[in-house]
Amino acid sequence: MPGQNMTNLLRNLFCSSLGKKFLMAGSGAVMFLFVIGHLAGNLQIFLGREAINRYGDFLQANVELLWPVRIFLLATIVIHIWSASKLTLENRAARPQAYVQWSPTAANYASRTMMMSGIIVAIFIIYHLLHFTAMVKAVNLRGEDFHALFDSAKRHDIYQMMIDGFSQPVVAIFYVVGVGLLCLHLSHGLSAMFQSMGWKKRSYGTFLERGAKVVSLLIFLGYSSIPISILLGRVK
Amino acid sequence: MSQERMNLTLKVWRQKDATSEGRMVAYQAPGVLPDMSFLEMLDVVNENLIAKGEDPIAFDSDCREGICGTCSMVINGAAHGGRPGTTVCQLHMRHFRDGDTIVIEPWRARAFPVIKDLVTDRSAFDRIIQAGGFVSVNTGGAPEANSLPIAKTAADMAMDAAACIGCGACVAACKNASAMLFVSAKVSHLAALPQGQAERGQRVLKMVKTMDQEGFGNCTVTGSCEAVCPKEISLDFIARMNREYGKAILINTAPRASKGGD
Amino acid sequence: MKLDAKIPDGPLAQKWDRRRFEMKLVNPANKRKFDVIVVGTGLAGASAAASLAELGYKVRAFCCQDSPRRAHSIAAQGGINAAKNYQNDGDSVYRLFYDTIKGGDFRSREANVHRLAQVSVNIIDQCVAQGVPFAREYGGLLANRSFGGALVSRTFYARGQTGQQLLLGAYQALSRQIALGTVKMHPRTEMLDLVLVNGHAKGIVTRSLVTGEITAHAADAVILASGGYGNVFYLSTNAKGCNVTASWRAYKKGAAFANPCYTQIHPTCIPVSGDHQSKLTLMSESLRNDGRVWVPKKTGDTRPARQIPEDERDYYLERKYPSFGNLAPRDISSRAAKEVCDQGRGVGPGGLGVYLDFADAIKRIGEPAVRERYGNLFDMYEKITGENAYHLPMRIYPAVHYTMGGLWVDYDLMSTVPGLFVLGEANFSDHGANRLGASALMQGLADGYFVAPYTLGNYFATAKEPKPRADQPEFKKAAADMQDLTRKLLSINGNRTVNSFHKELGAMMWEKCGMARNEKGLKELLAQIPALREEFWKNVKVAGKNEELNQNLEHAGRVADFLEFAELLARDALQRNESCGGHFRTEYQTDEGEARRDDEHFAYVAAWEYAGPGRPAILNQEPLVYDEVHMSTRSYK
Ligand SMILES: Cc1cc2nc3c(=O)[nH]c(=O)nc-3n(C[C@H](O)[C@H](O)[C@H](O)COP(=O)(O)OP(=O)(O)OC[C@H]3O[C@@H](n4cnc5c(N)ncnc54)[C@H](O)[C@@H]3O)c2cc1C
Ligand code: HEM
Ligand code: HEM
Ligand code: SF4
Ligand code: F3S
Ligand code: FES
Repeated sequence: MPGQNMTNLLRNLFCSSLGKKFLMAGSGAVMFLFVIGHLAGNLQIFLGREAINRYGDFLQANVELLWPVRIFLLATIVIHIWSASKLTLENRAARPQAYVQWSPTAANYASRTMMMSGIIVAIFIIYHLLHFTAMVKAVNLRGEDFHALFDSAKRHDIYQMMIDGFSQPVVAIFYVVGVGLLCLHLSHGLSAMFQSMGWKKRSYGTFLERGAKVVSLLIFLGYSSIPISILLGRVK
Repeated sequence: MSQERMNLTLKVWRQKDATSEGRMVAYQAPGVLPDMSFLEMLDVVNENLIAKGEDPIAFDSDCREGICGTCSMVINGAAHGGRPGTTVCQLHMRHFRDGDTIVIEPWRARAFPVIKDLVTDRSAFDRIIQAGGFVSVNTGGAPEANSLPIAKTAADMAMDAAACIGCGACVAACKNASAMLFVSAKVSHLAALPQGQAERGQRVLKMVKTMDQEGFGNCTVTGSCEAVCPKEISLDFIARMNREYGKAILINTAPRASKGGD
Repeated sequence: MKLDAKIPDGPLAQKWDRRRFEMKLVNPANKRKFDVIVVGTGLAGASAAASLAELGYKVRAFCCQDSPRRAHSIAAQGGINAAKNYQNDGDSVYRLFYDTIKGGDFRSREANVHRLAQVSVNIIDQCVAQGVPFAREYGGLLANRSFGGALVSRTFYARGQTGQQLLLGAYQALSRQIALGTVKMHPRTEMLDLVLVNGHAKGIVTRSLVTGEITAHAADAVILASGGYGNVFYLSTNAKGCNVTASWRAYKKGAAFANPCYTQIHPTCIPVSGDHQSKLTLMSESLRNDGRVWVPKKTGDTRPARQIPEDERDYYLERKYPSFGNLAPRDISSRAAKEVCDQGRGVGPGGLGVYLDFADAIKRIGEPAVRERYGNLFDMYEKITGENAYHLPMRIYPAVHYTMGGLWVDYDLMSTVPGLFVLGEANFSDHGANRLGASALMQGLADGYFVAPYTLGNYFATAKEPKPRADQPEFKKAAADMQDLTRKLLSINGNRTVNSFHKELGAMMWEKCGMARNEKGLKELLAQIPALREEFWKNVKVAGKNEELNQNLEHAGRVADFLEFAELLARDALQRNESCGGHFRTEYQTDEGEARRDDEHFAYVAAWEYAGPGRPAILNQEPLVYDEVHMSTRSYK
């Protein structure tokens, strides 16, 4: 019975430990792709007002595409957070009595703090959505209405929004910290993803681990370059 | 080989039985020789406790040569003491210094409840094997051994995985008390051999299901298990099991209801 | 006592077929009506329990460890023999049979040994089918090596963990039956007594090692597969938990104990490092292929090894046995080591050790080649001693390793108590006075997979005893007796620990009944043991109470049995006025120091019968008849 098989597949995915790991890894991979794409889009700020505003307008204009993608991304992050929370709760329950003395042999910092970095990233994302997507006045600390920014071509002036947004040092620093934690999260998450999907092997395991760290670092440099450049007045 | 005696302070988890509260108790271990094994040091402490009319420290051990997987304790926060490829029974006192304080605790995991002091109940591991960690072949029903050649690489890989002694240090060391390394070792051992093919998918589904039911945590790929594993079982086997599981849920869809894979 | 080995008639090679044909079968539908108790889940017990359950019997299995996977069989390193002749080097069932008989110094039964060699081939098939990862050649076929001086390569192995892999195979087969509900497993449970009903073994009394609860279990037959008694010497290569309790208590219920004096010493163990030593670790004998054994010529020479010049060293094996040199057989090289240490020329702490030096081998073939061959052994040595054997010579010393003696069994592996079957190292059946390397694993699995499952059925089909119930008075009495015994141990509350008694017993046994024995020493020993036993029962201090996990109490019960059993071992050694296999009486040696067997007077199995408390055991003899092979003497000059 195909229906039966589908239910079983879903049950195995959502109810077993390994299934949830697949969900985590899969959703993580989707988000990772988004992070890369988003970075590429955002870096256009260095190409000037025209480039990035046109890009923004292009995205906003395709409503038929925008909303499905948004919903998909939302579902992804919900699955990621749901499975992360569920797994974390199970992990806590698996050791009701803590060790009196504990030395986490081999486990590195990033791997031990995935939940912490994940939660801060989540907070960052919520803030970020309020800041640049919903453009809620209260969160940009300037009381400015980003909705009201338009460029000469009557497009939403994302360029100016970023400059205004990051000219507030607290906000800029929060972005750097947020992106920093995202990259800490990814520095472990990216290679863990391969392990969870069963694609990791000793022969190229170290390569994957290093690669994950390098990619995370590049992502960090890429994203943080925007608020930092603006704060330092390099992009005006 | 120096034979200078050391004086050590031990802080040991004492717990009367499964239902009692436990606590750390300090003991002096005077005159410890560097050539003693860790367990022999505890033997001496226990002899003194018995002579004083106190309850000796209960701990599990049997072969005392690193193969039976019975010995099990966390020393200064590291399962089996944290030396590479070493069980507690193979740990020797020459790795400690005069005046050291040594903290000794049992494996801590919901799935391994403490029975007394440092002794825990690891029968959850047995139940995972019972769920499917075998090839269903009755005595007498075996074909001639050499009728089925097995590539040396496959046989060697199976042996690497089969070397697991079922001690549970992986669970003890894992931040999440996950049994992934143990389970993946058995899944990989049998999946690597032609004899294990018929039940391959069902095996991993059933073993993982039982692992979950027993209350072990999940793997977040921190790698402590591999680091403390006395048989240096590789994390690769966890990846391999994940792959096996992924294939199995696509193909087999559900663990068959029957127990033991008749 | 009548000893009937029930050897089938007919030519040797057909005896087993014939026996299987003569045996009465149990109707398959009736099998589930029979309950079987299996004590011990080592190779012998686990394989028997799984196989019987597969046949349909209802099995209950017991072991002391927390899991059946941890039985002492797990420690076997070297390998398992089988007459597969895969190497085309002339091996055959007959040759394995002959080698085992000769290796056993002509003190085992022809028929049993022949059957062992016959079923050896099925064992390998069975284990491979279970997924045991034996070593393989590049072509994908099974690899073999030669072992323990055999001239053919018939040993199958899985790295240095053969016992582990075989046991895991049997454990997994057992686990499958546990899941199917055909075996009920009782780990952390110790058998304390055997229960007889109408002269038949119909159950056991156990103590839960977790709660202390003492319980009687009734069944239609009892299988003992509880391993060897090497720990009577306190220090041995056996696991700490190995004991004689199950066998001994069965002996006291009427099962004859055969050849207790046949104990095997292994020459290459890591020596004792001090008084705290709790067990000894074996290193593969293969080390002797390249290492040279020596001690200083002078007594009491305490210089470090490398400072002793060549001409002040005594390479005593090469000197005494020029043709075999460092490869002289286990017992000979063991005794030679003891001899030089007795002369005060031993090395290391306490002077109980000899050097095994690889300096020449390293010079000859280079350190990498030595590492390639023995790397894991050198690592193991370093873990234990902290010494690097590439720079310093290893120190080795012989240690008790295996016990050939055990409960007497007939061809069907049934003891002198009907319904009590004994398998594996716990019985005496196949190794005579000396066991060949890699043959114990073979025997354990042969007994469990391929012998007991048939012979037990025959017992059920012929004995037709009524089904016992655990509330019968026999069971109640046995349980009450064990409660009393436990209470008694706990109530003495004297001044000496259990371990101190065990150590003292071990030391005297090793001294006077170890590698070399003589009448004078044995007689002294026979006076010492009862005195120590008496002191034990007056002055032992056992910690804690019964109703808990109490390792000290477990140990106390086992030491109490060793203290009785040791006397039987010594008496057996004293009555056997010859040297054979693992039993070496200094009075009976040739001028060259070789063992002198006395086939005329001692070609028998000594089966000891319990005569009641305080009475000396009765010696029964089962003559050994050799129809097939001719008794010869060995020589290694
Ligand atoms: C270091 C070492 C290396 C060896 N290497 C080899 C080798 O390479 N090749 C080879 O052929 N042989 C080897 N041997 C010998 C071989 O391992 C053993 O003889 C064999 O495994 C014994 O198996 P068994 O099943 O009879 O008993 P064991 O494996 O000893 O099992 C005994 C079982 O009985 C249980 N038990 C005991 N007493 C009680 C009780 N009172 N109540 C309940 N349960 C009880 C135990 O818990 C255990 O489950 C070696 C032995 C040693 C010590
Ligand atoms: C844009 C945001 C995010 C990205 C790109 C991302 C990506 C990833 C990736 C690739 C993994 C590895 C998956 C695996 O183990 O197979 C991972 C793991 C994890 N994520 Fe995220 N994640 C993000 C946000 C979050 C958030 C918001 C949370 C928290 C609530 C979170 C919590 C976790 C946790 C706990 C893990 C651990 C899993 C492990 O180590 O196996 N993540 N993440
Ligand atoms: C310096 C860093 C960043 C800058 C400058 C930046 C900029 C922006 C801008 C300008 C928008 C609005 C686009 C629009 O309205 O068309 C946006 C949307 C968004 N950003 Fe970022 N971003 C940064 C980092 C991140 C990070 C690290 C994440 C996620 C982990 C992220 C996730 C999102 C999401 C989910 C949206 C909403 C997309 C949508 O409209 O559907 N951003 N970002
Ligand atoms: S995987 Fe390693 S640590 Fe875990 S049980 Fe097996 S041997 Fe022990
Ligand atoms: S330590 Fe635990 S998190 Fe995974 S890698 Fe090992 S099981
Ligand atoms: S006691 Fe056997 S592994 Fe430590």
